[in-house]
Amino acid sequence: MDIDVHKVAMLSRIRLTDDEAAHLGPQLSNILGYIEQLSEVNTEGVVPTAHPHDVAMPQRVDAVTNANRRDALQAVAPNTESGLYVVPKVIE
Amino acid sequence: MPFSSLSDLKSQLDAGETTAVELAQRYLDRIDAHNGELNAFVDVDHKHIIDQAKASDAHRAKHGARPLEGLPIAVKDIFCTQDGPTTCCSNILKGFHAPYDAHVITRLKNAGAILVGKTNMDEFAMGSSTETSAFGPCRNPWDVERIPGGSSGGSASAVAGGLVPAALGTDTGGSIRQPAAVCGITGLKPTYGRVSRRGIIAFASSLDQAGPMTRTVRDTAMISAILCGHDSGDSTSVVNAPEIDWLAACDSVDMKGLKIGKPKEYFVDGMDAGVRAAVEAALAKCVELGAEIVDISLPHTKYAVAAYYVIAPSEASANLSRYDGVRFGKRCENPQDLVDMYTRSRDEGFGSEVKRRILTGTFALSSGYYDAYYLKAQQVRTLIRQDFLDAFEKVDIIATPTSPIPAFKIGEKTDDPITMYLSDIFTIALNLAGLPGMSQPCGFVEDLPVGLQWIAPAWREDVLLSAASAYEGATDWTTKAPAAFGGES
Repeated sequence: MDIDVHKVAMLSRIRLTDDEAAHLGPQLSNILGYIEQLSEVNTEGVVPTAHPHDVAMPQRVDAVTNANRRDALQAVAPNTESGLYVVPKVIE
Repeated sequence: MPFSSLSDLKSQLDAGETTAVELAQRYLDRIDAHNGELNAFVDVDHKHIIDQAKASDAHRAKHGARPLEGLPIAVKDIFCTQDGPTTCCSNILKGFHAPYDAHVITRLKNAGAILVGKTNMDEFAMGSSTETSAFGPCRNPWDVERIPGGSSGGSASAVAGGLVPAALGTDTGGSIRQPAAVCGITGLKPTYGRVSRRGIIAFASSLDQAGPMTRTVRDTAMISAILCGHDSGDSTSVVNAPEIDWLAACDSVDMKGLKIGKPKEYFVDGMDAGVRAAVEAALAKCVELGAEIVDISLPHTKYAVAAYYVIAPSEASANLSRYDGVRFGKRCENPQDLVDMYTRSRDEGFGSEVKRRILTGTFALSSGYYDAYYLKAQQVRTLIRQDFLDAFEKVDIIATPTSPIPAFKIGEKTDDPITMYLSDIFTIALNLAGLPGMSQPCGFVEDLPVGLQWIAPAWREDVLLSAASAYEGATDWTTKAPAAFGGES
């Protein structure tokens, strides 16, 4: 199967050099070719798995439990200012 | 000493024959002597380890011993730890210091364990050989030219080489059991939902589960008893999961009447003849011990790898979207605009296997392909689960080889993703079904260890532990250790 590796790379927000694209393109086609065997399986009426066990999602008390840890959490950010994350200009 | 079990070390500590500080120092000496060759650890902080051990000895003297008091345990670099770096062995997280401990790390600390550092792994746990690590490949102590398996290869190599008596790994498609098998140690993947995933860097959230990697079956039980239990901070951590007595299960070692299923799909042409012979011999031993072997079929097994390589990369592509250079992790130099920042940070930060999986997953989830790939794979997953449910109507437990081949040479399979993916052919199906599984040593092929895999119904880790304890007690594989590292093989 041929796939547009540059398009998928853009959807993934990963820059690919032409060399990488030339290498990854055929590998992806092989992987998808291998996956293609799933089409042999008759899955008519089969309910897709949503969770490995038949369990209900647990609920917890609707109460604030987190302390304010903004400084600790932002200490690992590449760039912050006044408690905000700084990113390149989005709108010209 | 280097190859002592956790249980033996606990007895020595309880009897006052040694101290946590003495133990920590002895294992640190082992790490200093051998890690250069094995590359099993990517971070070891000597002072911090000795400080923990001193505090543990003080706790024992003042308040008595907690269940894992003073016992050294290493953890895979996928677990967030407030102390030291947490990188998932990826350049995108180089230098990252987690602002909190993973839930299971808190549980180990509260039980008195000494955390002795972070172990090497495939980048973001994507791999079966620990060759995709940003810190370079880890090596197998049985033959340092060979891989230790993956993705928890550092944990397996460290335990097998006697650098630490026990370690934690994570298992998404076999990443605890396959490295345990090819390094000749014991590893347990609990039932999905038994262990909290909070603070474990996410790969594929519907499959990931943490578990112990140790020298003996009882040691896996000792650690599991601490790891397992509900955590309100993880919505997939199951409430009121059936409780089991982990240690008692290891004492209940009568195999008489145990029905062991032998699935024909796991004994196939193409697998290593020596691996097959070792596993067949292990089953013959179980018959000697009173078990009955029942031939069974798990007919959808052949589709497990394909379903996994849709589901796991799809979930990974979503989970790894958080590495965008904004809140944590690497940001590229001089980004021109937002998209340039995302795309270059991710290009520079991720290795090629991680990129392959993100691209595969993004494609499978993209508009127009979702039904044919993701939905189809989740339907096949239902059929794979049903195969197991049907089998467990007839048998108590299932036995298979863990890996179709022993450890291969470093570099042998790096250029061919599909061949690499097939290393996990026998371990993946039970992750898809959410079942517990275990690997224990059962022999050698040309001096390389072979693993026997046990699979039990959901929540029945006690069945795994009893069968594995019975087999372990009737054989002497767990006493073997690599001669090059001071063991007897």
